[in-house]
Amino acid sequence: MVEWFSDNRANLAAVIVLFLVAMLIWSFYVGRKQAALTAKDEVFGDPQRTRGGWYWSVCGVATLLLVWFYFSWGMGRAYFPNAANEMCQVAKLEEVVSPIKAALPIGSRYYKSTLLVARNSTQLDAVQGELPVDAFTADEQAELNELIGKVRSLMVNASDPKNLSREATGKLDQLVFKLNALSTELRAGSANLSPTAKALAQPKWGTTHIEISILPITARGVLFDNVATKAKEVATLFVKIRNHPPANVSVITDVKARISAFKAVNEIGKFDERKTRTRAAYIKSVERIFRRLDDGTIFPANSLDGVNSAIAGLDAARDHARGNLGTIQSILFPGQGVVKSRTQCTEQGSARWLPKPTDVVATFLRLSNPDIDGGGGYKGIPLLWWKWLPVADTVGFLVPDWIADIWPGEYAKHGSDATITPNFKDKLLNFARGKVYLGVIPVLDGHLWDSVFRVLVALGLGIFLGVPLGLFMGVSRFFKSFFDPLIELYRPVPPLAWAPLILTIFGITDDGKIFLLFMVAFAIMVISARTGSSGTQLSKIRASHSLGASDRQIMWNVILPNALPEILTGIRIAIGVCWGTLVAAEILAGTTGVGFIENIARTVSDYELIWVTILIMGLLGLMFDLIMRWVIEKTIPWRGKG
Amino acid sequence: MADLVCEDLNMAFTNPQNGAVVEALKDINFTLKKGELLTVLGPSGCGKTTLLNMIAGFLNPTSGAASLGGHLIEGPGLERGMVFQQGALFEWLPVSKNVDFGLRMKNTDPAESQKLVEKWLDIVGLQGFGDTPTYQLSGGMQQRVALARCLVNDPEVILMDEPLGALDALTREKMQSLVLELWKETGKTILIITHSVEEALLLGERLFVMAPRPGRVHKEYNLPFAERGLKESLRDIKQDAAFGEVREEILTMIWDMEEEIMGRG
Repeated sequence: MVEWFSDNRANLAAVIVLFLVAMLIWSFYVGRKQAALTAKDEVFGDPQRTRGGWYWSVCGVATLLLVWFYFSWGMGRAYFPNAANEMCQVAKLEEVVSPIKAALPIGSRYYKSTLLVARNSTQLDAVQGELPVDAFTADEQAELNELIGKVRSLMVNASDPKNLSREATGKLDQLVFKLNALSTELRAGSANLSPTAKALAQPKWGTTHIEISILPITARGVLFDNVATKAKEVATLFVKIRNHPPANVSVITDVKARISAFKAVNEIGKFDERKTRTRAAYIKSVERIFRRLDDGTIFPANSLDGVNSAIAGLDAARDHARGNLGTIQSILFPGQGVVKSRTQCTEQGSARWLPKPTDVVATFLRLSNPDIDGGGGYKGIPLLWWKWLPVADTVGFLVPDWIADIWPGEYAKHGSDATITPNFKDKLLNFARGKVYLGVIPVLDGHLWDSVFRVLVALGLGIFLGVPLGLFMGVSRFFKSFFDPLIELYRPVPPLAWAPLILTIFGITDDGKIFLLFMVAFAIMVISARTGSSGTQLSKIRASHSLGASDRQIMWNVILPNALPEILTGIRIAIGVCWGTLVAAEILAGTTGVGFIENIARTVSDYELIWVTILIMGLLGLMFDLIMRWVIEKTIPWRGKG
Repeated sequence: MADLVCEDLNMAFTNPQNGAVVEALKDINFTLKKGELLTVLGPSGCGKTTLLNMIAGFLNPTSGAASLGGHLIEGPGLERGMVFQQGALFEWLPVSKNVDFGLRMKNTDPAESQKLVEKWLDIVGLQGFGDTPTYQLSGGMQQRVALARCLVNDPEVILMDEPLGALDALTREKMQSLVLELWKETGKTILIITHSVEEALLLGERLFVMAPRPGRVHKEYNLPFAERGLKESLRDIKQDAAFGEVREEILTMIWDMEEEIMGRG
């Protein structure tokens, strides 16, 4: 079932999207009709106007889901399951052509040569202006200026079209020819091409941790894949082409010799240390610019025009060969398309961090599969399941070991034949340590249960201790004044500010989290119970006195039930706050729980898992709240009517 | 004899802000014999409720003493039942549980208390309403529950603090008849605080008109209307010339008192 869902998620999404569109249109139609019916007798601002309107809820939910489907590319995948793979092949071509484009106006506005000339000229001017006159003699200064002029002439020679070598011209022409051939190949279409069996056997889009498989699975994809492979060779060729004008050969030799001569003078050691350092640094800065200029990467401007237009032609051919893929991409795949990495292609834009609804459900189903060995659960723990708990474990936890210590007698000693016969005291110790078999009981287990368990235990403790204290604080000056400072000093501190301290003291076990949540729940329960009890009408108290009730009876029979609405509201608030605090605490430290899953998912950038945990937490929080609302409705029907 | 006796009751409140002492009650002396029905009337602030609270045991007098049947009143007790203006019912309990509250507090046998509850609900005209939540009852019915809750404990004195003040005119009249019936049937001593002159005249076998600053009994009447109310329709009594005469006299009296307060203020 889970597998079937996983494999057919695209088809399911297609059906769901159609259904959602139908719901959207239908609910909108119903809503309009209702509005037309009631518009006349409704007054703006009347709260009654907000009553009902379930069809607008349907409309809203459908809109939300459709937006989710759209921006996560779920809609695109549903109807064009091969589109991403084709986009991936196009991305391959883009990737290999990018080094060529980077040197041309088509990719970066200016020729790379233009940028190099601009940068090196600026730097040469700067170096010339900074010549340290106190470190060099007048002769040396003249020579250095001449040297800089020579370095500058390298640039001049390289930029002159007359100096472009025949070899370089030939290579560039060859490049243009090859690029044009690729354009022709793209325009020829993919009629005779077909994907390989290996490519077709790849996992479907999004069904594994590999987002989009890299081998082409359509004829069009194969075409782009082929062209990309050839274009890679062309690109390699391009980056190797150099422009070494013959006039530069003698200049380079000359400059090298002069720089060496300057360095040699420096090494004799006839200058003081500071001067030597200044001279060396200056020579080095000149040499650095020179090194950049002798590698032949500057071409005359118009020499690359041919390559530039060939690349433009290739882009046009690419768009032609893409056909409707371009339209599909711009309509159904918002964002920056697909980018190819080494082993897979990845979605860019909203789809990158917004997982598809169906993928989220698939991940949730995988997590909730209790079969750990079958790939279910998370980190070896199911999401929500049950297990057998040995009763002895609980007994060992609850019964302290000193029970055995205070039993009269001594623990057994080994006999002369090296055997040990346990006596009753030993057996008692084993019992207290839980090392006996007392049967097993089924208990709930899993990340979800761990989280819920922590909240429930902390909440239970908070209610059990907080409500009585709050009730007494509401009716007794001593209790109010004695405990008020204590509670009011710790309560305003945000629970998360306590978390580092408490988690450091208690470690990553349940105790710390439960204690932290207890602190949260306790304060809320005390305050709500106190508000409730201090709000008891005096006449009710007097009436109960007149009816012969003792103080304790009044506490139990009048003040407590009177405070019940506030107490239950307090519980409802406490659950919400505890739930929020718990997740944060689990993110800080822990080995189980929903927050723990989210934290691990964060460290590996698993967006789907993060969203699954977010949705789980939202739904559980909503469930808690609905339960409490139901409880409140059932237990205190008199609220607001007394 | 279970007479209610007040001897030289004084009550002074001290304002914690300026230390000013307000004499809420000064030298109250009266004896209410068993089975008498006393209504207390007066302008607001004359100490009616303070007097009632002292007899109920919620307040201790500054000096003087109140006693019931020779026992000094030192705190609230079952022998002095209270009925409040708003009923002061326990809205989390159904009618029957409200009525048997006092019985449950002294651990009466449930079967016995159920019988008592049914009997009293019958008497106040609420048969069959035992399981109804009190918040679903109308104001008049809530006041009937409060009466039953008080009477089920068989108190010697019933103290009512403006018990019918929050009811509409029609319900009020019905409840006045009910009070008179209960008075006749049970023979209880009843003390009713009210701010309605008509009600005080109709219900009061004896009537105190109190005056403020200091709170004191200004004038006492012995009236025939309560006795008559047991036999005649209350509306007829209200038409009576004698009734109108006393009503006008008391109204003028209270009006003058109010004028005096305003003048002084």
